Amino acid sequence: MNLKCQVRGRVFQFRDLRELMAKANEVKSGDQLAGIAAEDAAERIAAKMVLSELTLSDIREHPLLPPEQDEISRLIEEGVDEEVYGEIRNWSVAGLREKLLESSCDAAEFSRIGRGLTSEMIAAAAKVMSNLDLIQAGGKAEVITRCNTSIGQRGVLAGRAQPNHPSDDLAGIRASLYEALSYGIGDAVIGINPVIDTADSVKNVLSLTKEVMERWDIPTQNCVLAHITTQIRAIHQGAPADLIFQSLAGTEAGNKAFGIDAALLDEADALARSQKGRTGPNYWYFETGQGSELSSESHYGIDQVTLESRCYGLARRYNPFMVNTVVGFIGPEYLYDSKQVIRAGLEDHFMGKLHGLPMGVDVCYTNHMQADQNDMDNLAVLLAAAGVNFIIGVPMADDCMLNYQSTSYHDIATVRETLGLRPAPEFERWLERMELMQDGKLTKRAGNPALFVY
Amino acid sequence: MEAFSDEAAKLTAELAGSTPARIGVGRCGTRPLTRTALQLRMDHAAAVDSVYGVVAPELLKEMGLFTVETLSGSKERYLRRPDLGRRLTDEGAALIREKCIMKPQVQVVVSDGLSAAATCANIRDVYPALLDSLAAYGLQTGTPFFVKNGRVACMDHIGEILQPDVLVMLIGERPGLVTAQSMSAYMGYRPRFGTLESDRNVISNIHARGTQPVEAGAHIGTMLAAMLEQKRSGTSLVL
Repeated sequence: MNLKCQVRGRVFQFRDLRELMAKANEVKSGDQLAGIAAEDAAERIAAKMVLSELTLSDIREHPLLPPEQDEISRLIEEGVDEEVYGEIRNWSVAGLREKLLESSCDAAEFSRIGRGLTSEMIAAAAKVMSNLDLIQAGGKAEVITRCNTSIGQRGVLAGRAQPNHPSDDLAGIRASLYEALSYGIGDAVIGINPVIDTADSVKNVLSLTKEVMERWDIPTQNCVLAHITTQIRAIHQGAPADLIFQSLAGTEAGNKAFGIDAALLDEADALARSQKGRTGPNYWYFETGQGSELSSESHYGIDQVTLESRCYGLARRYNPFMVNTVVGFIGPEYLYDSKQVIRAGLEDHFMGKLHGLPMGVDVCYTNHMQADQNDMDNLAVLLAAAGVNFIIGVPMADDCMLNYQSTSYHDIATVRETLGLRPAPEFERWLERMELMQDGKLTKRAGNPALFVY
Repeated sequence: MEAFSDEAAKLTAELAGSTPARIGVGRCGTRPLTRTALQLRMDHAAAVDSVYGVVAPELLKEMGLFTVETLSGSKERYLRRPDLGRRLTDEGAALIREKCIMKPQVQVVVSDGLSAAATCANIRDVYPALLDSLAAYGLQTGTPFFVKNGRVACMDHIGEILQPDVLVMLIGERPGLVTAQSMSAYMGYRPRFGTLESDRNVISNIHARGTQPVEAGAHIGTMLAAMLEQKRSGTSLVL
């Protein structure tokens, strides 16, 4: 495996694949904080050059974190389709990039190639791609998933309604949900981040959202993003949860910091499958985001793009209904400014789709990052152009519970109308029955939450 | 803006009253109305300005606080490198050795943290109330000072140098849009290098519409007294 190159009279020698992968990343403050980023711009591009010439088998045969040491590495290895891998193992990373971008590479070919790749190979491809490469290639996938309803069809942009409240007040959650529905948002999921992580409280919020869904016959799914053990307890107490939520990390130690391991995920998976009343077969809602392993000191000197890709390697084991990278939530020590957030959002979407996952993105920022709402407008449009399955809807983009800014109900409606995208088909038919949408456009009745008061 | 009936407007107002979320805001086409959009931008602007703001030297003088800096240097480095905000500069360390009472019972430290506006808005209320409370418990305070660009864990470096029994750091929180002026009080018994986060206690959300600054000052005194009596802090402290 060659780890050296000479460019413009300068020799670049990389110690190992781990160092090469880190230095081949676009600038990320998290890689700088970890002390693994390229030292200058030329070294960054030299790393990309060297990486582009490695073969896929070079990457597989030099694990960054050996399977003997890490459960996630083992699951990623088990997840590789060996027949496909056998056909492509001698491709270089450059060859992989070019194959994915070929006009002849359609949705079926794109997803077939993805099945033969490890998460590290997928991360390597992202590192040698430009933003527009990531948009075009990511847009080739069509990942349709189904719980109660289906999302992910080409031409569909779904939205999560995120009607959070700073004290889980049920009337306040209900009011914010009505606002979402009145703008045609909530087709991906009605998902609430709870303040109070108890089974009773989670059950109350799930029951509320289910009641609204039943009262208005809304074709969607509900979820409360509590810790998984709390959700399991709530479900055992009869709480009506369509989806089970969990945050994922890209290493076993990172997942331990979240209080989970594969055994716990397997247990929750079996429970989700045993619940009646949904069509399925997709029952999981996962969240990820670059930098979480560094923040929990479980990164092993591996860069944050590769670790993020490994989250997707774990996620694909469970055939989730939706995967959401919460791209700008973590703060400026991992993604410093809007340029880094936009890059990360496009990388994550592409890497998730190549893993065969139903990727959505929480297009977001915190107040101590160098970003504002204009940057979120930009990234939302870029991701919609890339065929993102869903983005997040928060009233006026301001989450009054989590204290960060995302995209708004208005924004999702606007991106749909601007790019000619539609809500999920079953949900759109419901919006038409409610006379909130006609021919893919909001009607005069839309934007009025009082419509849903009963 | 699309017009709805009076009854709908009344119901919408009721819905909006049930949550601080920005709902019932109307639209022009699919976009928000101008005033709603600009209000969001103004609230964000206030939050950003509080991160990059500075605490006026006059205010620090009025409070009787001298200033030391962390290794962060600039606000940009402070945001990128949390580790640098956990250590005082050599000059800062020398200055507190020179100016401060060593081994005080209670050491008070103030820092801008992620919101200078939080310090500006609350310090005049929190600090005197805290001193009153400490006096009421008969506790001896050391020499207070201000740490520019501090992180919570610089308590440990200060603890190593001054060896206080308990230390309280009043520090600006990461600003949200509801308020950019929220302060936290982090407290610990004998903070030193290696202190775990679980060894600290915190009173957060100190601002005019959260935990009242004057009440917070009194409450901090009570917690510090409990730490001194039980000779511990953090999750094992019994209150």
